[in-house]
Amino acid sequence: MDGLVQLQKQLVDYTASLFREGFLDDQFNQLQQLQDESNPEFVVEVVTLFFEDAERLLNELSKTLDSSFPNRGQASIDFKKLDAHVHQLKGSSSSIGAQRVHSVCISFRNSCEEQNVEGCLKNLQQVRHEYSLVKTKLETLFRMEKQILEAAG
Amino acid sequence: METDGVVSIDHVSPEDSQEVHVLAVDDSLVDRKVIERLLKISACKVTAVDSGIRALQFLGLDEQRRTSESDGFVPSLKVDLIITDYCMPEMTGYELLKKIKESSMFREIPVVIMSSENILPRIDRCLEEGAEDFIVKPVKLSDVKRLKGYMATREVKVGSHDRRSGAEGVGIEINNKRKLEEEEEISDVSSSPPSISTLSSSPFASSPSSSPTSSPSVLASPIRRLKMSNTD
Repeated sequence: MDGLVQLQKQLVDYTASLFREGFLDDQFNQLQQLQDESNPEFVVEVVTLFFEDAERLLNELSKTLDSSFPNRGQASIDFKKLDAHVHQLKGSSSSIGAQRVHSVCISFRNSCEEQNVEGCLKNLQQVRHEYSLVKTKLETLFRMEKQILEAAG
Repeated sequence: METDGVVSIDHVSPEDSQEVHVLAVDDSLVDRKVIERLLKISACKVTAVDSGIRALQFLGLDEQRRTSESDGFVPSLKVDLIITDYCMPEMTGYELLKKIKESSMFREIPVVIMSSENILPRIDRCLEEGAEDFIVKPVKLSDVKRLKGYMATREVKVGSHDRRSGAEGVGIEINNKRKLEEEEEISDVSSSPPSISTLSSSPFASSPSSSPTSSPSVLASPIRRLKMSNTD
């Protein structure tokens, strides 16, 4: 029993830290409120969809901006397309409460609007970084929840 | 059950179906999943589609069919509300709204627009075109609860409100303006209390008008502009 209580406390503390450090915002709470016995996996399902969506979009963004592409000069970058992808990522990150990813997307959109290549490259790096962080943290969170379910029997 | 002096909401639609049926339109898979869950947990039947074109197809309004009776096509369930994203490829939510309002068969269905962008001219344009309300994303449970007021019954136009918060009758405008106050970039404050209780006085709340385009846009605009001046 004691082990379970400890696990639960760890989960509470960990979750609180994610909010405190700005990785997650209130929208994540909203999602948790939507989970119940009739849909016990809801949060994991939505977040998984987000991961898939984000990875697809980051891929597209990289393709558009990648320096290995020979004709990448400012004139050849389709900033509208770039912006469209960032807009999507901004939307989905907002919908699950991935606050830091969402914030970087806002800067990224500004860079696109300014047609600022350097800015876009930097933003892409940032958004990859933030995405990777929040992914790791959410996976940890879900793992901890699973441990608790298993420990509770 | 509170009624705030307004006729109590009849949650049973006049049609055979007990539950309200919402057609949700969004090109984002993540958002579709969320809105679907928000609606289901609020006791609505949901049909979620990924484009305006598919929405029109579902309604029987697409190019191939002039009326929903052609080819014996009948939508599987009467639609009580349409909620659509604004920014979508090919057909925007605004274009979808126009098509619906142009249709004699479907123009009475309330249409709500969602957008991640808090752009006043956009909001105005949608409301002028007949949208019932405009929700700034991300969509929350309190937004959906408010929507139920549009769908429950057409005879009684009540200001649906979050009962726990005790907001006054004009819940529609209140929550809409609360959304307008929130800057996208600012991390969300805790849960969502309707903050504009000072704007509560309104004769509209008790009006039994069933026209979807009357009071909300008239009352919302000046109040919204007032609020907008305090933001950004």
